[in-house]
Amino acid sequence: MKTALILGGRSDIGLAAAHRFAAEGYAIQLAARNSATLEGDKADLELRHKIEVQLLDYDALDTAVLRGFVDALQPLPDVAICAVGTMETQADAEADPLLAELTIRSNFEGPAQTLGLLANAFASRGSGTLIGVSSVAGDRGRATNYIYGSAKAGFTAYLSGLRNRLAGQGVHVATILPGFVDTKMTEGMELPGKLTASPEEVAEAIWKAHEKRRNVVYVKPIWRVIMAIIRNIPEQVFKRMKI
Amino acid sequence: MIVEGWGRFPRTRTTLRHARGEDDARRAVAQSGLINPLIARGNGRAYGDSAASPGTTLAMRRMGRMIAFDATTGLLEAEAGVLLADVIAAFLPRGWFPAVTPGTKFVTLGGAIAADVHGKNHHHDGSFCDFVDWIDLMGPDGEVQRLGPNSPLFQWTRGGMGLTGVILRAAIRLIPVESAWIRQRVVATGSLAETMACFEESLDAPYSVAWIDCLATGAQRGRSLVMLGEHATRDMLGPEQRARPYEIPRKGTKTVPFSAPGVSLNRYSVGAFNALYYARGKAGAGTSLVDWDSYFYPLDAILHWNRIYGRKGLIQYQTVLPLDRSEAGLTAMLDAIAASGQGAFLSVLKRMGPQGGNISFPMEGYTLAMDFPRSANALALCDRLDKITLDHGGRYYLAKDSRLTPNTLRAADPRMGAFHDMRAREGLTPHLASAQSQRLQL
Ligand SMILES: Cc1cc2nc3c(=O)[nH]c(=O)nc-3n(C[C@H](O)[C@H](O)[C@H](O)COP(=O)(O)OP(=O)(O)OC[C@H]3O[C@@H](n4cnc5c(N)ncnc54)[C@H](O)[C@@H]3O)c2cc1C
Ligand SMILES: NC(=O)c1ccc[n+]([C@@H]2O[C@H](COP(=O)([O-])OP(=O)(O)OC[C@H]3O[C@@H](n4cnc5c(N)ncnc54)[C@H](OP(=O)(O)O)[C@@H]3O)[C@@H](O)[C@H]2O)c1
Repeated sequence: MKTALILGGRSDIGLAAAHRFAAEGYAIQLAARNSATLEGDKADLELRHKIEVQLLDYDALDTAVLRGFVDALQPLPDVAICAVGTMETQADAEADPLLAELTIRSNFEGPAQTLGLLANAFASRGSGTLIGVSSVAGDRGRATNYIYGSAKAGFTAYLSGLRNRLAGQGVHVATILPGFVDTKMTEGMELPGKLTASPEEVAEAIWKAHEKRRNVVYVKPIWRVIMAIIRNIPEQVFKRMKI
Repeated sequence: MIVEGWGRFPRTRTTLRHARGEDDARRAVAQSGLINPLIARGNGRAYGDSAASPGTTLAMRRMGRMIAFDATTGLLEAEAGVLLADVIAAFLPRGWFPAVTPGTKFVTLGGAIAADVHGKNHHHDGSFCDFVDWIDLMGPDGEVQRLGPNSPLFQWTRGGMGLTGVILRAAIRLIPVESAWIRQRVVATGSLAETMACFEESLDAPYSVAWIDCLATGAQRGRSLVMLGEHATRDMLGPEQRARPYEIPRKGTKTVPFSAPGVSLNRYSVGAFNALYYARGKAGAGTSLVDWDSYFYPLDAILHWNRIYGRKGLIQYQTVLPLDRSEAGLTAMLDAIAASGQGAFLSVLKRMGPQGGNISFPMEGYTLAMDFPRSANALALCDRLDKITLDHGGRYYLAKDSRLTPNTLRAADPRMGAFHDMRAREGLTPHLASAQSQRLQL
């Protein structure tokens, strides 16, 4: 039986991905802080899909123990999906270096270090898929969220490097770029309906990226167009824009 | 946040919050009160404004975990945000099916209980809550009570449109089925009298429903395609189906991507559609095997089909008339519809069994449900239909309503006065309200 590891197992996107892979018969490892609080989700996944679920304690920022976490995975999963992240308001993160640090570490350092260790293990096995949920916010730094955005940009670049390194070694690396997603992270924000994906749509994109070995996936195709435009605005003009 | 129902009207400005667990619900409920009333929301398939509050709307979809299943009795315990589609996906392959289902599978258990939804088997089996063993209901004080059918509060919650509390969890009884197929018999009838006679002769058929041609006049008034059905047993299946009795061929779904201009549905296109549908159905009348998805949920194959009505939205009009007044009332309604020139795209007639609970919609008689594109003409027609409903002792389905006045509702349904008084007495009124309950003064 195949196994999928979900890093950030309580996230709306991570849970939706767990259901998507479980529906394909995968056993699931849900890794999260306080994983015991996910008992209800474990029971739900097991009941619906007749698969086994492990709950694993995992903190992406606890870099000293990440190696131990990866070594202890039983079994080493076939697919690892990272949905870890935090988003503070830009103004708060600008004002407070500790918040900025938390944002940068939670969206870049923690996810990258974890997937990096998994990459080594997958490479020596010679198979596996690594999937990182990054964000379109990483495609260009904007005044309204460049702290979060630059962390995602770092993560996106890291995934690109991993993919390049592992291409000949049987390990696939996919970068998922959602635009807006209707989750806990964005609760209370007024999101434009047509540009907003559900966690289930992101999960579907993650599944397809694995199955079809896609490299960089914009969850809603319109975002590929939007970000292409935004990336191509000359800096002279861009620096004066409010977007 | 702006929230709308399936009919896309009215639109309500609300604070939308999501419950992922009991604590989220408790936090939201604790902040409810006169200036910030709360209502739970399931999957938004009610047509009007019953699942939106001018205060806080508590979305329950993310509280959608299944808890336990007893494979000997078919009892499923689950959180309120679980969809019937999820239940079918998980349990039909194991030989179980919801005992009652509405015409879309995209409803939550909470929404199905709050509206006490009915299916094509109401005359035979009753409504959704007849198969609910208990619910966990959170009141305005944040306390959770487990209520069974013997509890008065259960009987007010059943059909109570979220106005008695937030349903957190429920235990529902599924029924065993031998296959994923329905044996369907289609009967083409030539008049209303024939249609009703067909229903009355078919009371022992578990499922029955008629598509009624609302535009046919004269001798053909009330002509219908009556569709009778039962879950197919193994011996009714062909050899291929019998090898995999719970599987059906995969179908794609289509999506209506954006709102069509409101003009694409007019009386001519609707009339042509109706005539065509009737002719096709008549030619195909007889017995056949139909898969569960096509049989119960023909509209679900087109996601967001409500968008074909354009930005102005649509009106669902659904009433039930008592048995002894049904023929007279339906005749008057069909005449009014024909005279208005207002085509109804999808008109469904159904024989219902007796009422359950305190304020559930169904009663023994006939229920007619119609969709109209929202327009001045359609609203005027609805007013005329209201008069016919009142004259014939009929009443309304709140899950479909977006336009009633408190006076019409009270005149049609005296039970609503008792419901209102119970809410006031129990201190529910200031905490739990929807745009609909405020409009209708419940
Ligand atoms: C295509 C179509 C066909 C339909 N066919 C039928 C049919 O055949 N028979 C029938 O009976 N109905 C039918 N309906 C109506 C539908 O079944 C009901 O409106 C149902 O209540 C929708 O469920 P929902 O989860 O979308 O709830 P919503 O529309 O979100 O809410 C409906 C009501 O339930 C309440 N509610 C929802 N969740 C909770 C909760 N957890 N706790 C307390 N209250 C809650 C809301 O406050 C609201 O009053 C149909 C609707 C559509 C769109
Ligand atoms: N929502 C959007 O609009 C959107 C858009 C683009 C990209 N994304 C990305 O999608 C991913 C999933 O987010 P989401 O939208 O599903 O929101 P979410 O529900 O808030 O998920 C984020 C998850 O990250 C976990 N997390 C944060 N720091 C962690 C740490 N140090 N160790 C372990 N887990 C940690 C959180 O765990 P706890 O539950 O323990 O706090 C939470 O479950 C994130 O990377 C996010 O940046 C989201």
